[in-house]
Amino acid sequence: MSLKFFAHFLFIFQVYISVFLLIIHLQFHFFEIAFLFYFFAGAKPMAAIFQGVGAAATLSSSPSNSFDSNNSVFSPLTSFSVRRGASFAVVRSDGILNLNPKGRRAQQLISNAVATKADSAASSSSSKPGHELLLFEALQEGLEEEMDRDPRVCVMGEDVGHYGGSYKVTKGLAEKFGDLRVLDTPIAENSFTGMGIGAAMTGLRPVVEGMNMGFLLLAFNQISNNCGMLHYTSGGQFTIPIVIRGPGGVGRQLGAEHSQRLESYFQSIPGIQMVACSTPYNAKGLMKAAIRSENPVILFEHVLLYNLKERIPDEDYICNLEEAEMVRPGEHVTILTYSRMRYHVMQAAKTLVNKGYDPEVIDIRSLKPFDLYTIGNSVKKTHRVLIVEECMRTGGIGASLTAAITENFNDYLDAPIMCLSSQDVPTPYAGTLEEVTVVQPAQIVTAVEQLCQ
Amino acid sequence: MAFFSKNSRTIINNLKSKAGLSRLMKQSRNCCSMSCLNNTNCCRFIPLTTIPQLRNPDSYSHKKGFLFCFQRFQSTTSEQQFASLPNGEHNQELDFPGGKVVLSPEMQFLSESPCVYNHCYRVLDDNGQLISNSNFVQVSEEIAVKMYSNMATLQILDTIFYEAQRQGRISFYVTTIGEEAINIASAAALKSDDIVFPQYREPGVLLWRGFTLQEFANQCFGNKADYGKGRQMPVHYGSNKLNYFTVASTIATQIPHAVGAAYSLKMDKKDACAVTYFGDGGTSEGDFHAALNFAAVTESPVIFICRNNGWAISTPTSDQFRSEGIAVRGQAYGVRSIRVDGNDALAMYSAVHAAREMAINEHRPILVEAVTYRVGHHSTSDDSTKYRPADEIEWWKMARDPVTRFRKWIEANGWWGSETESQLRSSIRNQLLQAIQIAERAEKPPVNDLFTDVYDNIPSNLHEQEKWLRGTINRHPKDYPADVPV
Repeated sequence: MSLKFFAHFLFIFQVYISVFLLIIHLQFHFFEIAFLFYFFAGAKPMAAIFQGVGAAATLSSSPSNSFDSNNSVFSPLTSFSVRRGASFAVVRSDGILNLNPKGRRAQQLISNAVATKADSAASSSSSKPGHELLLFEALQEGLEEEMDRDPRVCVMGEDVGHYGGSYKVTKGLAEKFGDLRVLDTPIAENSFTGMGIGAAMTGLRPVVEGMNMGFLLLAFNQISNNCGMLHYTSGGQFTIPIVIRGPGGVGRQLGAEHSQRLESYFQSIPGIQMVACSTPYNAKGLMKAAIRSENPVILFEHVLLYNLKERIPDEDYICNLEEAEMVRPGEHVTILTYSRMRYHVMQAAKTLVNKGYDPEVIDIRSLKPFDLYTIGNSVKKTHRVLIVEECMRTGGIGASLTAAITENFNDYLDAPIMCLSSQDVPTPYAGTLEEVTVVQPAQIVTAVEQLCQ
Repeated sequence: MAFFSKNSRTIINNLKSKAGLSRLMKQSRNCCSMSCLNNTNCCRFIPLTTIPQLRNPDSYSHKKGFLFCFQRFQSTTSEQQFASLPNGEHNQELDFPGGKVVLSPEMQFLSESPCVYNHCYRVLDDNGQLISNSNFVQVSEEIAVKMYSNMATLQILDTIFYEAQRQGRISFYVTTIGEEAINIASAAALKSDDIVFPQYREPGVLLWRGFTLQEFANQCFGNKADYGKGRQMPVHYGSNKLNYFTVASTIATQIPHAVGAAYSLKMDKKDACAVTYFGDGGTSEGDFHAALNFAAVTESPVIFICRNNGWAISTPTSDQFRSEGIAVRGQAYGVRSIRVDGNDALAMYSAVHAAREMAINEHRPILVEAVTYRVGHHSTSDDSTKYRPADEIEWWKMARDPVTRFRKWIEANGWWGSETESQLRSSIRNQLLQAIQIAERAEKPPVNDLFTDVYDNIPSNLHEQEKWLRGTINRHPKDYPADVPV
């Protein structure tokens, strides 16, 4: 109880500071607000919370020297709070352990700054029932429900078993379903993906986890030559209902090798479907839909989005694998985006609204095939398209999307399609440089202003 | 086993590299006395009573003078093993995550070749006569005759299709000449529930399971009746009802698939195993190593059959790897292995039969290395006389033919004769020629089969592309083949 009181006290203190900071540092990325807490609200290790920033990213990059601290961190977590406002420990990249006792309050604060939920169809009002959880928990819930529903669903990947997965998406599954259904594999991505394909052909429905999507480059041979092709080359005799999932995208100083955007490499492979989740609602829905699909599906998650919180319905639901999501309807310009860039776009949308623009924001969700129906309707309405993505400029999803829209809706466009993407460089480690490779809200605002002239 | 040849040096060198005799002679003494006994990798015998259905367990390998090395993978039993070692030194043990290891103040390296030679299991000698004191699984007359007729059919199938390719009637073909015994005998030892993951030189397994000559021809001609709907090259057969997984051209990718399938069979507690075939070249691929490792760790019932035929297109095994063949690699991963004379149908049958029992009952992977020779070219796009002497090929074809060897044995048993031989051969030949004619005349798959089966249902973008293609064909019919239905 005293902890709660202390939490309230600190919360009010931090509200004051944060409002002050918000006004002055409007340009900062919303994740940076949390970072600034650390500096201005006291150098105590308890002050900093990163909504989906530090925890997931640094957990993966903290090697064995923080191994024990990771383990000890999560046991107090479960006793602390079950699902609601789970505060989590942040292990920063320099190894300092931060425990945040008042995470929930501060997280509410962060989510206000993003301002996405007010318009989104999946947003929760207090009148709707449902439960709140974080994105990685939503994925875990979706996976668990499918494993309960269908005994053929199994999970394979590195450290997915008793460790619960590097991002805790498979937490608790090994205890519940046993070692046979949640398989810890040795480190050979090509081979365990191949193993998943073999198991899929004989009737199982494996969910293969890549610890980081970048590691799936090792599995490219199996994904391209076998996963995508075998249904076709066998004349339809063998189906491969496999789901390959994992986190990708630019994290917090994870280095070039762990910041890959593999959707751009995989998009050419015939025979597979690709989807990217961005909210807890669509994460759970897409996970379930992918498992139920008879085609091989690659589900792209993002390292920095795992700790997003949202209220999702209690009942069973799936999201259509080929549908895009209308995040914010508008009139002036269509902004197409997916995964983490959705949040940057929504932040920019706030600024744009203040400046008098009315952007229509669509989270395309389905990367292969594109939902040209939704996109087309939007283009016909607004006549201007801006694509915001995290992929590299050359050969990214944005490049293909530009081509698809130009081919199909050229007559409806009043201006050339603008595509904001990362530069064609490996992602640097230095935080400042890394920030510059990713599209920032300010650039989005400028681009819309340019487009709407 | 006497590998004598008067012909060319290459043969001797190749065989020596496979057998490794010369190297071993120098090293075996040293190796055994120092590293073998004191090392953690201790040689142990597998009690033969655990291998079922073998006759004459007493007269086993002792008399031949070679040891049969195996190592238990379980680290928990290592402690007891070392406790009973007749070891003069009092060695300490170190407890580390993998188990207990015995320490030793003597520095000794594990030799690059195994301390004792890995002998090759053979039951019939070169003239098709049973070697005395051999253990093998008994084969009934019915099975033996079926095996022989399938081997002969496979030979004729290969010859005729090869000629058809040379005549330009099919675009490509891969022969199995020289490896008929591996194909048929291993298939005979399996059951129809066992799932097969082939490389591309194992049509014999399909033949044994009942794939008709017409179905073979249909696939090679890529016509409408092909189960693959004309989407793959010739010899890329596949049949889900015969549990034979569609051949993919990629090397060794099927090996982890087999492990996954075996895992699935284990989860479902089925009385079946997964079987996968690959060549000596395929064992260099990363997939092979990881799959063996996975199979050992997951304790999956899978049989890995390596057709060590001496050549990977033009690369001889001496350029492919430096280990003593493939079977020794199994030991490195904790997989029980055996080396078999691949041209001896009876030995292959026994080995695969025993392997299957062990795989299913004990939930373990087994590696079978079948030593043989690739008599034909790698494929119809290859001329192997460019990198190996023609007389070497001739010698293996004539003197070492597995089909002839097996025929001598069944003839000696009175189960076969020369009239049945000529009857069989001419009948198969006629059937095949007819099948080819029918397949050649049959319709090709229609254009919309280009777009089906990419996904379970055709998505909108593919619908559009199909419409576009149809439109193009209708506008320019002369630019497109007339015999493909639109």
